[in-house]
Amino acid sequence: MSVREAARAAYREGLPALAASVGGGLLAGVVLGGMRGDFARVDGLLVLVPALLATRGNVYGSLGARVATGLHQGLVEPRVGADRRLGGAVAAALLNGLLASCFAATATFLVLSGLGRTVASVWTLVAIALLAGLLSGVVLAASVVLVVFAGYRRGYNPDTLVGPIVTTAGDVFGVAFLLLAVRTVLLVGGV
Amino acid sequence: MATDWRVGAITRAMLPVLLALTLVEVGSGLVLGSFEAQLLASPSLLVLVPVTIGTAGNLGSVLAARLSTAVHLGTVEFEPGDETLAGNAVATVALALTVFPVVGLGAWGLATLTTGARLGPVTVLTVAVTSGFLLSLLAVLVTGVTTYVAYRLELDPDDVVIPVVTNVCDVLGVVVLFVVVAVLV
Repeated sequence: MSVREAARAAYREGLPALAASVGGGLLAGVVLGGMRGDFARVDGLLVLVPALLATRGNVYGSLGARVATGLHQGLVEPRVGADRRLGGAVAAALLNGLLASCFAATATFLVLSGLGRTVASVWTLVAIALLAGLLSGVVLAASVVLVVFAGYRRGYNPDTLVGPIVTTAGDVFGVAFLLLAVRTVLLVGGV
Repeated sequence: MATDWRVGAITRAMLPVLLALTLVEVGSGLVLGSFEAQLLASPSLLVLVPVTIGTAGNLGSVLAARLSTAVHLGTVEFEPGDETLAGNAVATVALALTVFPVVGLGAWGLATLTTGARLGPVTVLTVAVTSGFLLSLLAVLVTGVTTYVAYRLELDPDDVVIPVVTNVCDVLGVVVLFVVVAVLV
């Protein structure tokens, strides 16, 4: 394969999914813009946002890449419930996602406190991070597995699908469930 | 590689890297937090932040996933003349130059519709395309180096490369965007 052919193949496979992720990213930006009031009420929340959104990409991107490689290698079948390996991979993703969210909230609290900045209570930040992590995790795990399977069965290269799907769904669901989690924690906690 | 799919095995491979990257992202958050006033003053730049960072991460993650699978399948050689490597690098830059004009105009249009844009469309477009071009070069560099290091250390590229590339691109996205804004706006 020449450089030109390799480039053309990579470009053609990458463009549709990348274009979709641009739409998702812009949508997430608009939702984030609408949360300015929440950022004012919960000090430290804006600092936490990149870590929470990145955790979605990290954990479910890795899940998607694992499933894609498993399909390439013939380790998993593109059907839900066909293999216990898939369940293990999904459970590991959820567990790691929650641990990282909790860690991000604690680290943000400690760093901001150490810098002498105003910051919400560690329990508020951890509660928001865990609730947002759980809700978006369940939706993202299902989306990633189903879309990679559907794409693979229709002859798309799952590698090219995974990154943009996770980033698009991760941005949109991540921000939407973050909004829901913040409002829920503020309502229940009466902060 | 990557044949043990039990929760414990995956967690042992993934969690240390994940927690380290989370700390890097908290650093990225601190950078964002320090520019909060400037972002709130120019709504189109605020809308531009997640989509620029996300698209940069995507360019890197598509490239990383392709290279990881090529490593698994043994179809890539880590040499400057390797066709798979060079072709994917060229495609990454071309993809950036295709989507970032849409990113810029989209961010300006949405900001105008929702909160009202302060900056003109040409300014936002120039900021987006310049940032996107620089980020695509950085994404190729970071992805190539990370995949090569994972390959030499015999780490599973699926567990290591994509997270490292995406997070480094996140941080670079924030830094590049604000350098470009400082120069152009």
